[in-house]
Amino acid sequence: MKYAYYPGCSLECNAAAYDNSVHEVADLLGIKLQTLDDWNCCGATEYFSQDELTACAVIARNLALVEPQVNQLVAPCAACYLNLKKTDRLMSDHAELGAKVNECLAAGGLNYKPGRVTVRHMLDVIVDDIGETAVRDKVVRPLTGLKVAPYYGCQVVRPIADGDCTEYPMKMDHLLTWIGAEVVDYPVKAHCCGGHMTQISEPQAFELIRRLLQSAQDYQADMILCMCPMCQLNLDGYQGRVNGFFGSDFKLPIMYFTQMLGIAFGLEPKKLGFGKELVAALPVLKAKLNGQFALS
Amino acid sequence: MAEKIGIYVCHCGSNIAGTVDVEEVARWAGVNVKDVVISKDYKFMCSSLGQQMIEDDIKKEGLTGVVVGACSPHLHEKTFRATCSRAGLNPFLCQMTNLREHVSWVNSDKEAGTVKAKSLISAAAERVKHQAPLEPMRVKVNPATLVVGGGIAGLQATLELADAGYHVYLVEREPSIGGHMAQFDKTFPTLDCSACILTPKMSEVGQHENVTMLTYSELEEVSGSVGNFKVKIRKKARYVNYDKCTGCGICVEKCPRKVIDDVFEVGMGHRKAIYTPFPQAVPRVPVIDTANCTYFTKGKCQVCSKICPTAAIDYEQQDEIVELEVGNIIMATGWKLFDCKKIPQYGYGRLANVYTNMEFERLCNAAGPTNGKIVLRDGKTEPKSVAIIHCVGSRDVKTNPYCSSVCCMAALKLEHLILEKTKAEVYAFYIDMRTPMKEYEEFYQRLLEEGVHFVRGKVAEVTDAARMPDEQGKLIVQVEDTLVGKQRRIPVDMVVLMGAIEPQADAKEIGLKCGISCSMAGWYTERHPKLDPVATMTDGVFVAGVCQGPKDIPASVAQGAAAAARVQGMITKGEVLIEPIVASINEEGCSGCRICNTMCPYNAIEFDEEKNVSRVITALCKGCGTCVAACPAGVITGAHFNNEQIFAEIEGILWDAKPQTEKKELQTAK
Repeated sequence: MKYAYYPGCSLECNAAAYDNSVHEVADLLGIKLQTLDDWNCCGATEYFSQDELTACAVIARNLALVEPQVNQLVAPCAACYLNLKKTDRLMSDHAELGAKVNECLAAGGLNYKPGRVTVRHMLDVIVDDIGETAVRDKVVRPLTGLKVAPYYGCQVVRPIADGDCTEYPMKMDHLLTWIGAEVVDYPVKAHCCGGHMTQISEPQAFELIRRLLQSAQDYQADMILCMCPMCQLNLDGYQGRVNGFFGSDFKLPIMYFTQMLGIAFGLEPKKLGFGKELVAALPVLKAKLNGQFALS
Repeated sequence: MAEKIGIYVCHCGSNIAGTVDVEEVARWAGVNVKDVVISKDYKFMCSSLGQQMIEDDIKKEGLTGVVVGACSPHLHEKTFRATCSRAGLNPFLCQMTNLREHVSWVNSDKEAGTVKAKSLISAAAERVKHQAPLEPMRVKVNPATLVVGGGIAGLQATLELADAGYHVYLVEREPSIGGHMAQFDKTFPTLDCSACILTPKMSEVGQHENVTMLTYSELEEVSGSVGNFKVKIRKKARYVNYDKCTGCGICVEKCPRKVIDDVFEVGMGHRKAIYTPFPQAVPRVPVIDTANCTYFTKGKCQVCSKICPTAAIDYEQQDEIVELEVGNIIMATGWKLFDCKKIPQYGYGRLANVYTNMEFERLCNAAGPTNGKIVLRDGKTEPKSVAIIHCVGSRDVKTNPYCSSVCCMAALKLEHLILEKTKAEVYAFYIDMRTPMKEYEEFYQRLLEEGVHFVRGKVAEVTDAARMPDEQGKLIVQVEDTLVGKQRRIPVDMVVLMGAIEPQADAKEIGLKCGISCSMAGWYTERHPKLDPVATMTDGVFVAGVCQGPKDIPASVAQGAAAAARVQGMITKGEVLIEPIVASINEEGCSGCRICNTMCPYNAIEFDEEKNVSRVITALCKGCGTCVAACPAGVITGAHFNNEQIFAEIEGILWDAKPQTEKKELQTAK
């Protein structure tokens, strides 16, 4: 199966581990990802709060770049995913806006017909298109004994949860059971990580991060698995600061779900971007997977 | 004889006239449709003046056919047929065409609406010329009635008919009659004991000489039509001989196998593998649950058989099909509770102390698993605080858009019971408080005074993720209090979800068996939502209770009685007129291929071996037309729907699609 691929800015630097593992896992599952040529930033949350037309035009440019013979665009980053999906929907629901966006695109010789491209998250592609049997078939190193807390964040499931429950999503839960992990059913899996709040008000942001870490720890999770670079950055990068702020002692590795998928598929941790996280994950894997985890 | 057609176009106030130029339609038809001698419009054609006008015209002009362009034939076909009949014109020479539901109500463009109305009038006029006078058939009404469902609505209907002296077959799927009402502790707003008012009715039904109870039985098949239905009932094997059993209950007492009761006790309590659902069950004859019975699963035990003083246990019993003949059917099949797991953020099934309202009813019930003590899942701790969440799975576009109508009152009742039985603080989370019936609002006022904390807002989630020290070990209800305009987190020990009332899972399937349909939400569709709430589109089939839409006990009882009254009317009259719209086979052309025999969904075609021809049994034929279409020789005719009539109708509707020259004339005429 062939998909256009939109990495987004985060996956080029701070979330490089996500990008590495997405590609490794996709190759193994036969998902052909073709990176968009000359893609541009989706504008994150900022553009939309400034000017809708500009935001839509900037985002629609990426949709317009998808080759005519491909109609699926994969975006692993939650913000990119939502922005692309939202723009497509805004353009089809509001024909006037759609026309204006296309006027903007025309300046670059581009055009986008709303609804032509379906924007997908990597999780949906693996769960819905590849499916349980194919995933289970590829597992060579089941994650038996490892307790993982799937963390969805807000943007992938809100407001548009693709075939999942907005309030209490289950897709990643299912996927993780397919690879043998013990999934922790903790109550805050779709609560907000604070997003950019760390830049605005640290006490507020740290409290949001603390709640997530606390709940996962209360439910005895060994690690939290993310599907969004922002979530991963907040939970991993600020974990030390949160500990300092609250006097807590969290030590939870925060990984991307694709990284653990890769481990279950027997791929090299290094190729999957292990080691780029701040709270080291490998010691936990070694301890929990009972020595069956041979590291090179 | 030259045809003389009269056209009558109704304004229906502004219902039709608002989007159709009725005067123009009438004028146009008078000029352009062939054989039309009179064409009129009128404000309300169904009024007595309107009808009188048609009657007078028929007599004066000697009309040979009448076309009424008005509302749906469902509403007024009978009216206008009767009008014609009174004036001496055969009622089947009256054709109605729907200018309201098919034109004005679904269209906002007056010009386009007017053109479409003209087409429909033209079609009806062309058709009516080919219609033949028909005589309705008279059929005797079998005085026996089938009631499906032994809840309170079905029981009431049964008793009304039985007391009036008519025989009733009461079919109930569960081992006992009683329905959901038997599970409740108290009833709102009077707080009288549910069992105390229900069980007398149950035993009355059980002992009534005019009632044949068929419990643990399901409706299998319905054939025939009003007055003469043939019904097949599957009596599921009880493995207990109904006639020999005295209901002493010793088998239940001695049965060594204890099972969680998922039906009557909604998982909150136990029963035995041989059981009656509750002590006051009617009948008292138990059933064996073969999935759990030690003898059926392991081949050993037979304690019940050894101990039964009347040798009533019969492990070899099989399902039995009982065939009944009845004149009318009352459907009172009830409801099921919304699956609260479908709203996962409320934690049901995940967080131990989140309950459904039906589970909580059993907790409150003195005859329930805790003898009426309100305790947490550990079976001993009394909650210090309880949250009741209204509208779980109702008034919610993601699950059910409708209001379940009884849950506000049921919640108030449960809140009162908590205050009465415990020292707990009670929080009620509601969207809107709906207490519209007699003495309901007063009950709400009473609860306000009793000190329930009412919080207006839809609950976002119920979680065990504590943030504050006082939230540790509690269930936290996160809600936007829309009266205060603030987010609140309220820690409680127990949460009760007021699950929505939903149609039975197989309501659609069961409805199809007797020819009734369901609304979008799955409730049985009544003949008219305001003026005929107990009859259905199928003559002789009536609905009562929640299967027609959410309602409380008084309304269910009223509807059960109303349905019974309608059936009594039919029985007293003694006969019904059946539309003569049936198929007939021209025996001379029939080759005896018998294709139609197997196609007929009503088994209404018999085969004459001697003459080698098929023949329609008129009394069973519903006029569906399947055989007409299937006959390879084309010798089956459907009365009132023959080829001539249909082709004429099509030609009429295509009046403006005639060859170019003719079309121009028509347009100028317009």
